Amino acid sequence: MQSSAVNSSNNKETTRSITFAEAVREALSQEMREDQDVFILGEDIGVYGGAFGVTRGMIEEFGPERIRNTPISEAAITGAAIGSALTGMKPVVELQFSDFITIAMDQLANQAAKLRYMYGGKGNVPMVLRTPSGSGTGAAAQHSQSLEAWVAHVPGLKVVQPSTASDAKGLLKAAIADPNPVIFYEHKLLYKTEEHVPEAAYTIPLGEADVKREGTDVTIVATAVMVHKALEAAEKLAEEGIDVEVIDPRTLVPLDEQTIVDSVKKTGKVIVVHEAVKRGGYGGEIASMIAESEAFDYLDAPVRRLGALPIPVPYNPALERAMVPQVDDIMQVARDSVHRR
Amino acid sequence: MTQADWMWAEPKEKLVDWLGQMWTVRWFDEKVDEFFAKGMIHGTTHLCVGQEASAVGVCAMLEDKDKITSTHRGHGHCIAKGADPDRMMAELFGRETGYCKGKGGSMHIADVEKGNLGANGIVGGGIPLAVGAALTSKMRQEGYITVCFFGDGAANEGSFHEAVNLAAIWDLPVIFVCENNQYGMSGPVKDMVKIENIADRAAGYGIPGHVVDGNNLPEVMTVMKEAVEYTRNGSGPVLIEAKTYRWKGHSKSDAKKYRTREEEKEWKDKDPIRFFQDALIERGIITAEEAETVKKDTKARIERSVEFAEQSPEPSKDTLLEDVYA
Repeated sequence: MQSSAVNSSNNKETTRSITFAEAVREALSQEMREDQDVFILGEDIGVYGGAFGVTRGMIEEFGPERIRNTPISEAAITGAAIGSALTGMKPVVELQFSDFITIAMDQLANQAAKLRYMYGGKGNVPMVLRTPSGSGTGAAAQHSQSLEAWVAHVPGLKVVQPSTASDAKGLLKAAIADPNPVIFYEHKLLYKTEEHVPEAAYTIPLGEADVKREGTDVTIVATAVMVHKALEAAEKLAEEGIDVEVIDPRTLVPLDEQTIVDSVKKTGKVIVVHEAVKRGGYGGEIASMIAESEAFDYLDAPVRRLGALPIPVPYNPALERAMVPQVDDIMQVARDSVHRR
Repeated sequence: MTQADWMWAEPKEKLVDWLGQMWTVRWFDEKVDEFFAKGMIHGTTHLCVGQEASAVGVCAMLEDKDKITSTHRGHGHCIAKGADPDRMMAELFGRETGYCKGKGGSMHIADVEKGNLGANGIVGGGIPLAVGAALTSKMRQEGYITVCFFGDGAANEGSFHEAVNLAAIWDLPVIFVCENNQYGMSGPVKDMVKIENIADRAAGYGIPGHVVDGNNLPEVMTVMKEAVEYTRNGSGPVLIEAKTYRWKGHSKSDAKKYRTREEEKEWKDKDPIRFFQDALIERGIITAEEAETVKKDTKARIERSVEFAEQSPEPSKDTLLEDVYA
């Protein structure tokens, strides 16, 4: 009897499937149960449950002192989080849309990122700023951007961009435990994606890329929603006899350079894909890193980048799709790289 | 006689210490001014000569556990909150022994152990940080209050309005102290603010606001004492506006074309240090000779800080990458 009960619970554990949004909520709730210093602040995160429902039910469990519903004041929310972090708390900010980071930018770039260095190593800012990013929801130009390169450029910040529910859960635990300010991007189109996520708390260290698919012909380094497009392209390319390796860096800062370099040395061809505008995007940083690394001598084709067109995100669904790389675009560039000679 | 009677009843040592603190602030910034003029320190600096009573009067009413956030014009706040002038001067010299190991300079001195959460180079940038520090005190029931110094210029930043509102709705233990020194760089406050008193903005956030003569130490202390009691009791934030004047220019290269020498003289006649010193002598608390001793001793103290700074080593280039991340 007992052993069958254990078996059934194991089955449940291995088959339990939850969404990306639920995984984020589970990580937040588990950390808040463990550590009284962890709290959340943001707009409409109380009974409303957050614009994308991530904090739904949390105010009922943790109360309004720790699930702090704020006015629409992004600079003050972010600054208050920094000040509380500097004095011992572990705040998690929910910024309703990542586009609104523009309104909190002084606090992030000039305060959170620099306090420790400016003060000669005194003081830590152990905060996390979670924020939904990306296009594909018809929210148009001011609610659909991918501005992660802005924050990745500022020394002192760490930047996380998970692509799956299970990665999101483990990376968020690491982000909350990290003594530095961490910007945690959640792509809106991923919130409803579902997969198996272990129920017990676990950590995925910041700075460890994940090989999402092994292959030998060409490496695709992709972030967030582009990881899924790259995987779809890889399946289709397999039918054409092209064996694609897909790497998800998972964190932009710190960046796991070695995993990328090793993969490029193996395949000799690499494509970097992100949803952000290609010009000035973080893909340029990854491409340059590869070109400067020992992988250069192994390259059989130029390093290629795919990113969005340099335009504001349009509203019309067809135009919106046309702005960002799609599966067909990835496939074509992969064929070009592989069949170059 | 006045509502500041309580202060005159304080022990002589305390009164003399407050006079000495104001002199220390004055000498520190006069010395810095001299060094910049001679090209002995690089970068820039913002001096608070003429504003000593607000820094000293506000911080004197705090307990050690209380915290402050400061501004780009922050040397006075730092000294008044108990910082060591040696390490401050060393920081301005960019030395390893400085408060920031030579990485911050004048605008970024922090003394976290003494509750100084740091000066700030962004006008209004420190205001939300003070609210966050106050939030920690409330959530952890630590009992400390936070004083947020800012200027008349910062009162027009969005961060001021957002942060004061947030502190107000959450009843946080924070006192906002606006040092209105009449100018945001070259912008006269009378041209940049439509209302007479910045403290009147408190009403817009549902918190008490007080205007005080920022050059009158007993008045600053009296208003601050009441604000501290109110805030420490859990009644929420207070906004205090201290009207004062910066004698020097905005920063090191300021021809001061935007104001007259006559106006400067009018304010120099309201010297906060002389006002307090004369009152101490008139009341028979100290003699003119004792006052002179305080003045000389504090000047000598700053000379020693200069020696300390000059003798301190430059930071090693090996420290360049340290402390970006914890």
